Amino acid sequence: MNKIDLANWTQGYAKQQGADDTSIVISKRRSIDIEYRDSNIDKLRESTENSLSVELYAGGKYSSHRTNDLRKPALQKFIDNALAMTKYLGEDPYQALPDPALYEGRHNVELELFDSGYHKVDTKNRVDRARQIFDQIQGKDDRIVSITSYYSDSHYENVHLKSNGFQGTYESSNFGAGAEVSLDDGSGKKPQQWKYYSVRHLNDLPDLARIGDEALKRTQDSVGQTKIESTELPMILQNNQVRGLLGRMWGALYGNNLQQKSSFLDGKKGTKIGSELLTITDDPTIVRGMGSRYYDGDGIAAKVMPVIENGVLKNYYINVYYGRKMEVPPTAGGSSNVTFKLGSRSGAEIEKAMDRAILVTGFLGGNANSTTGDFSLGISGWLIENGLRTTPINEMNISGNYADLLNQLVEVGNDPYQFSSWRTPTMVFDRIQFAGL
Amino acid sequence: MSDITRRDFVKVTGSGLALASLSGFIPGLIGCAGGKELQTGYFGRFGIDSETIRKVLSEALVYGGDYADIFFQHSIRNSIRLEDRIVNSASTSVQLGVGIRVLKGDQTGYSFTEDLNLESMKGAARTAANIASGSKTAPPQEYKPMTLPNYYPVEMSWEDVGIDKRVNIVKALDEAVFAEDSRIIKNYVGFHDTEKYIMVANSDGLLSTDYQPMLRVIVYCTAEQDDQRESNYFDYSIRDDISFLTKEKLDRMPKEAVKRTVKLFDAKPAPAGELPVVLTAGSSGILLHEAIGHGMEADFNRIGTSIYADKLNKPIAQDFVNIVDSGLNPNIRGSINVDDECCHTEETMLVENGILRTYMHDRISAKHYGVDPTGSGRRQSFKHYPLPRMRNTYMLNGPHTFDEIIASVKYGILADQFTNGQVNIGPGDFTFYVKSGSLIEDGKITATIKDVNIIGNGPEVLEKVTMVGNDFAMTEGGWTCGKNGQSVPVSMGLPSALVSSITVGGKG
Repeated sequence: MNKIDLANWTQGYAKQQGADDTSIVISKRRSIDIEYRDSNIDKLRESTENSLSVELYAGGKYSSHRTNDLRKPALQKFIDNALAMTKYLGEDPYQALPDPALYEGRHNVELELFDSGYHKVDTKNRVDRARQIFDQIQGKDDRIVSITSYYSDSHYENVHLKSNGFQGTYESSNFGAGAEVSLDDGSGKKPQQWKYYSVRHLNDLPDLARIGDEALKRTQDSVGQTKIESTELPMILQNNQVRGLLGRMWGALYGNNLQQKSSFLDGKKGTKIGSELLTITDDPTIVRGMGSRYYDGDGIAAKVMPVIENGVLKNYYINVYYGRKMEVPPTAGGSSNVTFKLGSRSGAEIEKAMDRAILVTGFLGGNANSTTGDFSLGISGWLIENGLRTTPINEMNISGNYADLLNQLVEVGNDPYQFSSWRTPTMVFDRIQFAGL
Repeated sequence: MSDITRRDFVKVTGSGLALASLSGFIPGLIGCAGGKELQTGYFGRFGIDSETIRKVLSEALVYGGDYADIFFQHSIRNSIRLEDRIVNSASTSVQLGVGIRVLKGDQTGYSFTEDLNLESMKGAARTAANIASGSKTAPPQEYKPMTLPNYYPVEMSWEDVGIDKRVNIVKALDEAVFAEDSRIIKNYVGFHDTEKYIMVANSDGLLSTDYQPMLRVIVYCTAEQDDQRESNYFDYSIRDDISFLTKEKLDRMPKEAVKRTVKLFDAKPAPAGELPVVLTAGSSGILLHEAIGHGMEADFNRIGTSIYADKLNKPIAQDFVNIVDSGLNPNIRGSINVDDECCHTEETMLVENGILRTYMHDRISAKHYGVDPTGSGRRQSFKHYPLPRMRNTYMLNGPHTFDEIIASVKYGILADQFTNGQVNIGPGDFTFYVKSGSLIEDGKITATIKDVNIIGNGPEVLEKVTMVGNDFAMTEGGWTCGKNGQSVPVSMGLPSALVSSITVGGKG
């Protein structure tokens, strides 16, 4: 039975057994992961995963369930139990399928989420790619303790059916390659860094030699890292690290945190929350984008949505359920591709122009408080003096509050990172407190 | 706080063992020790027999692998959630599948299937077999059930607990939270229970089974005072049945959650820079987990990337520092009756009187080092191969009292609630996030502080543990450890301890 037929059967059975409405997602993922080390395959993992999830709406009550046992007798028992469980819950007047009008108006961009060349990749190709990355690094530095290179790919198929008329199907592919390198720096420490790229289409992966070179360079750069005196300095945030900082506050834009009073951005829509340089748009329509989509989990047709414009908060991420509770129209249940209005200089140009600053190239641990906006994060990177990287640093920390941080943004680069759903440029924040010695 | 010495802790463990041997099988439930009835129950659950295992392992060894194992799993997770005063959501997740692993030297081939018919399993086995390229080796004809203790005997399966009972508990917790303090404006309660049935057979002819229960209950509340809002939580997580939730424990949850939340209204900004940090007994064990635990997992040492790779039998801490990783603690979240590759679990003495004694081993690393496995081979699910992992990691009692430790600090912080941590294994840099704590000024606990990250270097910080208290406690909450894309439940513990200097990432 194909996935749509199975979804229809499941929907029919659940309704026959007493559900008023259902939302069903059936998915299948095939993936292969290879780790290559010491000129050999270290680990080879192949997998195929199936999943059926069903949301049940019955008598004003709601529950959601997931299983990987898709045999009909097992599914029947599974749904029987799920419905029995649902009866014991409280009625929630806000739980119901979305208004079908929200399903309308899907964009017509061909997103190219699936690479039709996926099926031509065989195991030998995969191992060869991992080996090429490994070979690119091996022998390049006498201090190397260990190199592990990685290649993986996956194929994902998804069918989504709601009992009030929504149907969506898509398939996507993912290709990843990278390496992790460990050096012995002679001090007893073993600096270790990695570089990993993930793309929708195989041909979009960077050159494998470049991946190996970058992994080695990142590790070499972390040799001799030290902490310096606690200080307040401008922070240059490398483009691929911006998500590590701003991503931790993204939950404060979501309906669940707003409605539950655990967002420091509650009540801030339409007000200025950051620097005029800060313009962020949620864009689900980027061709081959890692976060691109046609519809969200509620089935709402995906649309380009301004989130922050010139520092003013324009939109929250509100799904159907919390939209009803908050008595506001839903926007989107979650982020797709997070894009930024760009500046004029590259990260390298910004560094060169800086008298004294800290370039953050990595985060380690830390957390953020969605309710208050407080954050505290471990960092590593470089002390920049007169435009040059002079001292590699680590074991330092930045702390602050996002309400202040967003206003401390003083420059945005022109170099968005292409290998993530967060297409983030280099950013510069003024007056950041760095804790060290 | 409980006062458990190393000897006492072993004794408590011993009583768990005795209980296990007395409890026998659980009516209506497939239990966890060996024995014919039990094996029949597990075979029935997965719809297979001994001959099926032999055929699949035969396929797995078709290209001459050194070793193969087959891991069956059936797990059921139930959750109910309360929000805005209504128990308004429930969910169930069922996972059924089998993973097949083949080893050739240090190399691993792995595949899994969710379809438990013979042909699907043989197909997965042949995929995993490809890691080797020699001639066929023969699997054993018979599989000997391991005789195992039970560190988490239960009287009632979670399957047999009515949802109405869970709903009533959740509602009562919510009522109590709002009754506790008029400043509470929102409250969330989550009740999650899991039952995991596993069966493992390997090419050494061993067969193990385990029933692993897990409970997690969390209360997360938000309070408002003037224009300020604060949120915090309290949770329990334990391998146990519903009898764990006594009236005393349920009464304590809302009080703790509210107390932890409203104290944050008085918090001052944390200081910045290198300072003495006192860790309170209990979840401060996150220091051990991040600072040294991961570095002592043998896979990182086997490939030479851990900062502890050349430190076996060398002093790495003061002589009153003793650190253990154990799977034997009764009902504790990280305990296991057997690991996920048919190795007996144990109490592993990692650091004894300040000397690094051993790493945590799985089969691959144990073979590499020529030692016995430590029963540390764990995996998230049938979709994953085992890795050396921590179980319950803790430091034993030391010679000092909590009051002595506080009195010794001129200016520093006391860290008492944690949310997360991370480590970079090679250089040993690690962090842990302090949700709330206090300043210590002139040997006295003063203002509350909150939301501050602490960052240090594992070996350096371990050397700077200059005082260890006599007030050991295990954490009560639900900690999950992530490594190489796999999550496993763990626990941790620590007596009060002083780190003489570490970077506190405050705002200055």
